[in-house]
Amino acid sequence: MNEPVISVKNLVKRFGNFTANDHLNFHVDKGEIFGFLGANGAGKTTAMRILSGLSKSTEGEVVVAGYNVNTHPEKVKQNIGYMSQKFSLFEDLTIWENMRFFAAIYGLSTAVFKERAQMLLNKLGIFHEKDRLVGELSLGWKQKLAFSVAILHRPSIVFLDEPTSGVDPITRRQFWEMIYQASAEGITVFVTTHYMDEAEYCNRVTIMVDGRIEALDTPAALKKQFAARNMNEVFLTLARPNNQ
Amino acid sequence: MRTILFLLQKEFLQIFRNKVMLRLMFVLPVVQLIVLVNAANMDMKNIRITIVDADKSSMSQRLIQDLDASPFFEVGVLVPTKADAIDLIKRNKTDVVLYIPYMLQHDSQLSHKPSVQIIADAVDATRAQLAYGYLSGIVRRLSLQWQVADVTMLQLSKIQVVSSFWFNPELNFKYYMLPGILVILVTIIGLFLSSMNLVREKEVGTAEQMNVTPVKKYQFIIGKLVPFLVIGIIELALGLIIGHLLYNIPFDGSIAVLFSFTTLYLLAILGLGLLLSSRSETQQQVMLLSYFFLLIFVMMSGVFTAVENMPLWAQKLNYLNPLYYFMNVIRGVLLKGSGFMDLWPEFVSISAYAIGSLSLAIWSYRKTS
Amino acid sequence: MKRFTAFVRKEFLHIFRDSRTMLILFAMPVVQILIFGFVITTEISDASIAILDKSKNEMTREITAKLASSGYYNIKHLLHSENEIEAAFKRDRVKMVVVFEPQFSKRFYADKQASVQLIADASDANSARILTNYAEGIITSYQNSKNSDVGAVAKPIETQVRMFYNENLDGVFMSVPGIMAMILMLVSAMMTSISITKEKEFGSMEVLLISPLKPFQIILGKVTPYILLAFVNVLTILAMGYWVFHVPIRGSLFLLLGESMLFTLLALSLGIFISTVAQNQMVAMFMSMFALMLPTILLSGFIYPVENMPYVLQLISHLMPPKWFIIIVKSVMLKGNGIMYVWKETLILMSFTLLFVGLSIKKFQVRLK
Repeated sequence: MNEPVISVKNLVKRFGNFTANDHLNFHVDKGEIFGFLGANGAGKTTAMRILSGLSKSTEGEVVVAGYNVNTHPEKVKQNIGYMSQKFSLFEDLTIWENMRFFAAIYGLSTAVFKERAQMLLNKLGIFHEKDRLVGELSLGWKQKLAFSVAILHRPSIVFLDEPTSGVDPITRRQFWEMIYQASAEGITVFVTTHYMDEAEYCNRVTIMVDGRIEALDTPAALKKQFAARNMNEVFLTLARPNNQ
Repeated sequence: MRTILFLLQKEFLQIFRNKVMLRLMFVLPVVQLIVLVNAANMDMKNIRITIVDADKSSMSQRLIQDLDASPFFEVGVLVPTKADAIDLIKRNKTDVVLYIPYMLQHDSQLSHKPSVQIIADAVDATRAQLAYGYLSGIVRRLSLQWQVADVTMLQLSKIQVVSSFWFNPELNFKYYMLPGILVILVTIIGLFLSSMNLVREKEVGTAEQMNVTPVKKYQFIIGKLVPFLVIGIIELALGLIIGHLLYNIPFDGSIAVLFSFTTLYLLAILGLGLLLSSRSETQQQVMLLSYFFLLIFVMMSGVFTAVENMPLWAQKLNYLNPLYYFMNVIRGVLLKGSGFMDLWPEFVSISAYAIGSLSLAIWSYRKTS
Repeated sequence: MKRFTAFVRKEFLHIFRDSRTMLILFAMPVVQILIFGFVITTEISDASIAILDKSKNEMTREITAKLASSGYYNIKHLLHSENEIEAAFKRDRVKMVVVFEPQFSKRFYADKQASVQLIADASDANSARILTNYAEGIITSYQNSKNSDVGAVAKPIETQVRMFYNENLDGVFMSVPGIMAMILMLVSAMMTSISITKEKEFGSMEVLLISPLKPFQIILGKVTPYILLAFVNVLTILAMGYWVFHVPIRGSLFLLLGESMLFTLLALSLGIFISTVAQNQMVAMFMSMFALMLPTILLSGFIYPVENMPYVLQLISHLMPPKWFIIIVKSVMLKGNGIMYVWKETLILMSFTLLFVGLSIKKFQVRLK
């Protein structure tokens, strides 16, 4: 647990005059569940898009899974999974077809794909529904499925952008169980959220305010540091000065 | 290679699953082709003519008879005054008015400078001009027959003009129109399917999901190109079959030449579609952009009016118009039986076009923004 | 009402902020009218022809010179034998070959009959016929001039012609109404059908429907910006026509604009109807594209006269709203007629509008249940 799989040094991203990410510095260790917290517009998604090679940083050095994102974005992409805020499996394909497609994209052999897909679907308990169109599923199922697809190729890191927004509490709990399982299998989980209770489930948490990292530590340490009872209070303490 | 195969499998699955789209893609063009091929007919028949006969002589009677017998004119009711006739033009009830003045016959016998008056509705300039041409021809012939009956025609030398029409001896307009409409339909399918498909993925968010995978740009583009290429070619084949069965369109040239050109052409058009889509955010935007280009391409290409009549600068501009090349090739191959040796300039140009538009499309497609 | 204005303002912002879409929407009519005014013409000029002269004497040279100086023909090649004709058509793309028989002038003077053969490339049937007709006319008048010393051809009846409404026989007169119809269809029907379908596709329609806005207000809010855009486009086309191409506005401008607004409403209601039928933007686009574009161009009498079409097609053309609009515009704008001359067509446009509105409401209600 000591080699960092993500290391970010002085990451800056500007859109014209607007600075979305202001000199971010952090690293994420292997197998960690790393929470990325912040209000809407704090710069979480921007940072995550840079880390996953979707967007180029203005300054700074970002190394993900051993590769520099700016110089080798495609190498990085082979080693990560990504689940965006918008649901983005193909709605007009079936569950099985979606999985087969993404498995092939990441170069899994047919045998390996079948074995893993079967296992993942059995875990979700929807193997018998594998021929249903994804568009017909409820949001909760879609999100769980999207996560399964994102880790189908056993990436070293999976990026989750507000994966649980809009789903019911039970599904959220099930979703976090899936995250823990993935983490136990050695997949590093990088997750953004604005549910503070979810922050408690993370190994370490970053709180972003206006493009800057205001705090970074384990939830327990943060609560202690800010003399708060829960993460919600920590967050409010940090975010409030800007609201006034 | 395996990745490309799976990309293709996915695209085809999506296309075949959307039954509505599939029907629209194949049924609408076919219906259009069947119906619209009949629309183009420059044959001027049934020009509505109104005659004001103020002379009421045997000569004017003869003139009316001649007009009645002519296939070009449809003689309407006689009206008493010129003003009545002009009102009919105003009401769009007649196309041309012939006014036969009082004493026409009398004047012509005395060599007094006889004349008739023609008033044409010239809003449609072409039609007016043709109507005038036919009408003055009939009048001239009549006056010759009437007056020169006694002059021995035998004395005159004649130049006999024999016209023959190659490649389409019966002057069948459908032969001209079907390839034209087919080219437009294939272009619409190619350009709009490719451009809207990619932007749709952007709108839905699946494009971003693809961008975060290790799929290479060229693999992705090939995955998008091939299905539409196949659809475009099927569309062409379907159109040719219909043309052959329904309209008996000749197929004098080589199928291989036509289809290999079509492949190159579709690559150029699909490249253009992908290029437009990589520069657009919404389907509405890309639809409008594609429509803009399509309209200019179609109007300039000589589908409906001959390119040779255009001003020189416009003919030069057509070197940038892929439809212009396709038009030359399809008409050349189908009707004239032109071969590769006749059409190589078109092959060279469209290949350059395809290479250009595809490389631009690949270059401007960004996995990382 | 306040809610409604806020909603309309939002829709305006959506459209007007997208500068590229705006640019195309404004540029489209300008480009179209420029193409029609400067490029598209059915008048023959400088058609490439080849001459196969087997006589090479003074007469054939004179005829060749007459053809060359007519302005219709551009003599590209001189052929030496019949074998070269096919290549001249296929490779050098000449449109007509003129063949003079051997010993032409001897035959003319001694045998009283010489013959010329005109071979035209009839893969473009229309041009082929015009080219041969013109050449025949030139040769006949040459023949008459050679005969003039033989005997006086008596005084022929002269034809005086007046070209009503368009003295200079300007082709662009016909295009202005057609372009108006096409642009209004595009802006009003295509753009609205896609923009409303988009809301449906992404579920934001549901959000709007549960808002306190009434469904008709939502639709009205969506289409208001397009009404404005359409109006600006009409003004652009009229202004371009008037100042650049001198197309007059003879009737009441007020009536003309009123009729244009009526047609805009018709197109909007058609767009709304399409959006109630289509389940996604791609389908909406294909429906508007195929249902509107080619039929508008071909069946509305804009390029090819409806009178020449087969009877069935003429019947179908009655179902094309643009056809009626074009009749109205021609009548009011170019002939200077008042409402009394176009009330029937106006009623037809109104009925179409009501029909589409009715159908949309029915469809819409079904969907809400």
